[in-house]
Amino acid sequence: MTPVRASTGVEAPSARGGAASVAGIGDSPVRPDGTPKVQGGFAFASDLEADGMLWGRTLRSPHAHARLRSVEIGRAFAIPGVSCVLTADDVPGTATYGLISPDQPVFARDVVRYMGEPVAAVAADHPDTARRALAAIAVDYEPLDPLVDPTRAASVETPPIHPDGNVIRHIRIDHGDPAATGDVVVEGVYEVGMQDQAFLGPESGLAIPDGDGGVDLWVATQSLHEDRDQLAACLGLPHEQVRLHLGGVGGAFGGREDLSIHVHACLLALRTGRPVKMSYLRDESFVGHVHRHPARMRYRHHATTAGDLVKIEAQVLLDGGAYASSSWAVVSNAARFACGPYRVPNALVDATVVRTNNPPCGAMRGFGAVQVCFGHESQMDKLATRLGMDPVELRVRNALETGDVLPTGQRLTGAVPVAECIRAAVEHPLPTTSSDGWLERPGGAGRTAEASRVRRGVGVAAGFKNLMYSEGAEDDSEARVRLSEGVASITCAVAEVGQGFVTIASQIARTVLGCDAVVEPAGTVGIGSAGSSSASRQTWMSGGAVLRAAREVAVQVRSALAERLGVAPGSLTLTDDGRIVAAAAGEAAGGGRALDMTVAEAAGDGIFEATAVQRHRRTYQLDERGQGDADVSFVFAAHRAVVDVDTDLGLVRVVQVTTGQDVGRMLHPTQVIGQIEGGIAQGVGLAVMEEIVVEDGVVRNPSFTDYLIPTVADTPEVLATCIEQPEPEAPFGAKGAGEPPTISSTAAVAAAIRAATGVDVTRVPVRPWDLI
Amino acid sequence: MTGATPTPARTPDADAGAVYQLTVNGTPLTVEGSRPTDSLLHVLRDRLGLPGAKNACEQGECGSCSVLVDGMLVCACLELAEAAVGCEITTVEGLTPVGAEPGDAALTGAVLTDVQQAMIEAGGVQCGFCTPGFIVAIQDLLGRVPEPGPLEVREALAGNLCRCTGYGRILAAIERVVAVRGNGR
Repeated sequence: MTPVRASTGVEAPSARGGAASVAGIGDSPVRPDGTPKVQGGFAFASDLEADGMLWGRTLRSPHAHARLRSVEIGRAFAIPGVSCVLTADDVPGTATYGLISPDQPVFARDVVRYMGEPVAAVAADHPDTARRALAAIAVDYEPLDPLVDPTRAASVETPPIHPDGNVIRHIRIDHGDPAATGDVVVEGVYEVGMQDQAFLGPESGLAIPDGDGGVDLWVATQSLHEDRDQLAACLGLPHEQVRLHLGGVGGAFGGREDLSIHVHACLLALRTGRPVKMSYLRDESFVGHVHRHPARMRYRHHATTAGDLVKIEAQVLLDGGAYASSSWAVVSNAARFACGPYRVPNALVDATVVRTNNPPCGAMRGFGAVQVCFGHESQMDKLATRLGMDPVELRVRNALETGDVLPTGQRLTGAVPVAECIRAAVEHPLPTTSSDGWLERPGGAGRTAEASRVRRGVGVAAGFKNLMYSEGAEDDSEARVRLSEGVASITCAVAEVGQGFVTIASQIARTVLGCDAVVEPAGTVGIGSAGSSSASRQTWMSGGAVLRAAREVAVQVRSALAERLGVAPGSLTLTDDGRIVAAAAGEAAGGGRALDMTVAEAAGDGIFEATAVQRHRRTYQLDERGQGDADVSFVFAAHRAVVDVDTDLGLVRVVQVTTGQDVGRMLHPTQVIGQIEGGIAQGVGLAVMEEIVVEDGVVRNPSFTDYLIPTVADTPEVLATCIEQPEPEAPFGAKGAGEPPTISSTAAVAAAIRAATGVDVTRVPVRPWDLI
Repeated sequence: MTGATPTPARTPDADAGAVYQLTVNGTPLTVEGSRPTDSLLHVLRDRLGLPGAKNACEQGECGSCSVLVDGMLVCACLELAEAAVGCEITTVEGLTPVGAEPGDAALTGAVLTDVQQAMIEAGGVQCGFCTPGFIVAIQDLLGRVPEPGPLEVREALAGNLCRCTGYGRILAAIERVVAVRGNGR
């Protein structure tokens, strides 16, 4: 049985959808899922339903830290319409899960460690019945002092709040001469607040029991197979009895790497024998997924009087919240990218992520590189001021190039266009002076800004991070391409979260096979993992897998054609644009005419299929001195921001952000621009408005009323230059484009605010009271 | 599904409201078993099978559930369904190109409006969760103000949140529509 609306919306191009997938690499064809998305028919996970369906809801702890003395569910059961109430006693498999280490309980037992930790789940005939059932569950909590200060959590004297301890990971990078000093030294302490992914589609899914003890789950996620593995362990079922299917995903940005409704919905469905739908409301979403780690950073930069960096010392402390999630990898990114995209002969980086009773933190777009970028770029500006140098000149002077060595000892190969990114960002024209319109002043329609008190400032920042997973993590991707009746169908378990992989995959198949392509629904059945839609990796990894499979199909077709024609396969050439041509006109190619047809045409009535796996070069875990070739490839970007600040009220309007971004090669220019504009908006949000306010472990603003993300009125003009230097190892030379826009845009806005106000901005998001 | 009990999920319960009719996209639809507290969004999505209006915040902050009630742009999550009895409700599913009548079976769902087409072509759609709300709001704006200035557009759409696009390609889509409509006049 499948849900009523189980279509992914990824359909063959039709008359109404237009020429969805007929354009190849470098064109900007429309998304194959565009038509259902604009018509409202695209099936997001929260739109799914099934006959006999129940509604599931989760009971969550109101306390950041408490002993869980008892959970009394009898009164909830007594409510008409309530089918099932589950607690920690009802988990048949492993009681905990986690992306890297399984430390997070499916349901709390004995203790709750953060506000929002699941304690029980119910299934009922109506969402309101489920809500009433939650209210009827009597939980006896004994509140404990929450551990909310990460510095205290890092101390060996602080008792652990979890059996795995409070320090999730500590990394030290020790590079070059520790005694080296510069002519000029600048120091700073910086802080980054907790940002939320704030994807619009809430965590949702529909679990349908198969009647034989197994379950199918349609769910909004970033990684079907990683979810499947964790889910199956908690359910105590073999993988083949736990089948995941991608429900339409309403954005992700890292917030869907961890499990959300998965185990609860499947347990409720298996227990009741009925389909169970779960969909979080926004307040639950704010505590139902991990956030960007808040950071405290201390930096000391040494340089020569000429402006060459000599040494960087950095201490980074990340608050991981109650459970580990991907903290182990986030802190490594923070350490590896702590010095910025610059040549640094000597470095001492000390980075720690700790466990507290704050909300769990994990993946968010930029993944550890965003926080340290605010630190290292604030320092570069401070250094430029001290040296009396232009901040752009200082950055270009120290910019990494191919062949340089990172503080980890890894030598950079491939494209490293740091200076090009910086120059491109600052070459765009500055915006004209603001008009008299109220809406164009800080405070906007609030009409609070006196024009004479508005100050303009300009700031620049650069950043970088890894593509793909690092430190030996495996993230291969598998894809299958089948050519039949002139259409290529692509099977790959990529989570399309909005980024447009479905478009790219179609373009790749079109380019190799010369025909229309359809991306089949993504799931765990019958195909291997595609890995997660994160780390800017799917264009390279799954795009690469599709490319390999399509090429293999093309080779098969060529062989079949050669056999039909009675010629050697080598006499037929596969072109870069999906055609088979005869090497030379002659009788072998038939009647003296040169052969020239698309691969799909050459396939005729035949059916050809190939499955391929894309792997990347091996990477290594950092050693005890933080040394090792931890990364596959890197991506770079620079931003320039222009802001207007109301110096009376401390309100900021970001007027313009320009960027130079290293893209390798643009496979779909419109989608690349979409990633750049969207990523910059999130970077601007972190700079001036977005923060989850946590007091004593309690989230104070779990709503879009109180957690502000940029609206169209807040979003600056964006001008972008894409630097196209093809990456040698990447399919088509293309680098992922998703994360770079968020890395240095925040730091650029902070620099612009400093320039406008003279205030030493040491914390983002910048709050009005920081500026007046 | 062999093990499930095939019980209807929408069984009316003890405090169910009266049966009433809503006129959605020109078609009268009967709502049964709805509670008096049910929002228009819940009834559209979960009782009438119209999932186009989205459930991103259910607090009137994000505009994902934008619909027209008697021609006025509202957040369906903030309207009580029963209060919309007697009103003309238009959802994204009911939008039709200029010249077509709402509910025209030959056109509804088969042809895109210029706004829908431009949103796809300009790259205004990524995850798509905000898209139906934006499309209803843009249709509403351009219906009232055929050639809005840039600030007018930003003010009118400030109630619709998008987390993917940064709004750039959405604004580009609007520009396209305004330009094409302007040429047609």
